[in-house]
Amino acid sequence: MLKLEDVHVYYGQVHALKGITMEVQDGELVTLLGANGAGKSTTLMALSGILRPRVGRITYDGHDLTKASANEIVHWGAIQCPEGRRIFGGLTVRENLRMGAVQRPDRQAVQADLDWVCALFPVLGQRLHQSGATLSGGEQQMLAVGRALMARPRLLMLDEPSLGLAPLIVQGIFDVIRQLHARGVTILLVEQNARQALQVADRGYLLETGRVVLSGPVAELRANPEVERFYLGGSVAP
Amino acid sequence: MTPFQYLLQQAINAVSIGSLYALMAIGLAMVFGILRLINFAHGDLIMVGSYAALLALVLGAPFWAAALAGIAASTVTGLLMERVAYRPIRGAPDVAMLLTSFAVTVFLENLAIMLFRPTSRPFPTPPILSMNLEFGPLHISSLDLFAIAITGVLLVLLTLFVTRTEMGISMRAASQDLLAARLMGVNVNRVIAYAFAIGSMLAGVVGILWSARVGKVDPLMGFFPVLKAFVASVIGGLGSLPGAVLGGYILGTLEILLQGLLPPALTPFRDAFVFAALIILLLFRPNGILGAREREKI
Repeated sequence: MLKLEDVHVYYGQVHALKGITMEVQDGELVTLLGANGAGKSTTLMALSGILRPRVGRITYDGHDLTKASANEIVHWGAIQCPEGRRIFGGLTVRENLRMGAVQRPDRQAVQADLDWVCALFPVLGQRLHQSGATLSGGEQQMLAVGRALMARPRLLMLDEPSLGLAPLIVQGIFDVIRQLHARGVTILLVEQNARQALQVADRGYLLETGRVVLSGPVAELRANPEVERFYLGGSVAP
Repeated sequence: MTPFQYLLQQAINAVSIGSLYALMAIGLAMVFGILRLINFAHGDLIMVGSYAALLALVLGAPFWAAALAGIAASTVTGLLMERVAYRPIRGAPDVAMLLTSFAVTVFLENLAIMLFRPTSRPFPTPPILSMNLEFGPLHISSLDLFAIAITGVLLVLLTLFVTRTEMGISMRAASQDLLAARLMGVNVNRVIAYAFAIGSMLAGVVGILWSARVGKVDPLMGFFPVLKAFVASVIGGLGSLPGAVLGGYILGTLEILLQGLLPPALTPFRDAFVFAALIILLLFRPNGILGAREREKI
């Protein structure tokens, strides 16, 4: 289980997270919604040990993530697939996937997972020896997700996996997210595409300028007039 | 000597000196790729290795053992440098890291001046490396042949390392996107330590070859090699390993060409012409020949 209690993160003088409290139960699919700059990516970077909260506690399976290195957090199975894909363009698709499994000593299981990822995203299997930079945007996103899966995540953090992709590709990515959820992987999904996110998730949190302003089961969030108006693009009542 | 033979002779000279530049430039490129640090103290690793080798020779070690001792000393010094000077300021602005590298240079050079003496000492090159071999009309020193061969072997080993081993792939991944590498669980401290160790080891090899070439060692001997290596890696594209090798050989060729083509009155200004050529190259390819686009930072 992942638990954040009153987490404050600063970029220098800028107070980016102003006391985030939230939790994700094992096996849950929780979405983190909010506008640009609300603090969604900052939250994930704090969870991955890249940014250090100045105040607050983050615990995951009994580990204190505010003191752990990025390395250890990966070792405990909390894997982030970052915004903007950030695949290694100069590495081949196979090497990119191998980097996802960089901490795993079990070579045979890694090979089995490689086959599994190539079954999830057949296009990756066809391009194992191509460099990552030669892939299209959608293929790069599949590679980024596949690379994260190679770590065998128990908690998968996805940051804007649908950003800038064609609708068909977005559907494909969300199908995979559903499959992973069905397999029991705990997922924290950051999305600007609130409509899609609220369809797949169990619960959601809405962030505004570094604070949680709303949370609850997705049915509740969908029914909320504010969410409807600002995030689902519903028509404004006269 | 026919024009073809002359060309061949010059090509061998160019490849020989280019090999040394390439080995040096690789060390700079490995560290720059990951840390965005231009480690000017890299040149001093040549000096440390050479003095350590000389010390071993004076103590009666055979040349091969002295060479290994020198390479080991360079490697250890490079690792210490990273641990003591660069790791504590990791994440600081690039300028702070650059200034730190100057501080390390000043420290190491003055330490050498205090421990030894400011003037140069002769470096006894063993007979096997000071032979002048004749292949028909071609004159090739055994040292040149040795430098070319050992560089070839090292480049093959390095290529295998960065393409076949997990650490090598991690190193390339970290130099392309350090944040993504960290998020995948790459142990950045280990990768950086490896980059320093390998670069410093190569600098140690260059130190032995360089000292054997010029026949002397002195505390400031690392300055010109690191400057040349820097130029080589800029030509090839800072941070790119193939670029560093290519840049090293291009720089060696350029120097030998200018040496042969310039009128005798102008040869003392050879380096000025080299830098002029570098400026022209950078006007057309600001990131060097194989340089990647500057990656965006978060």
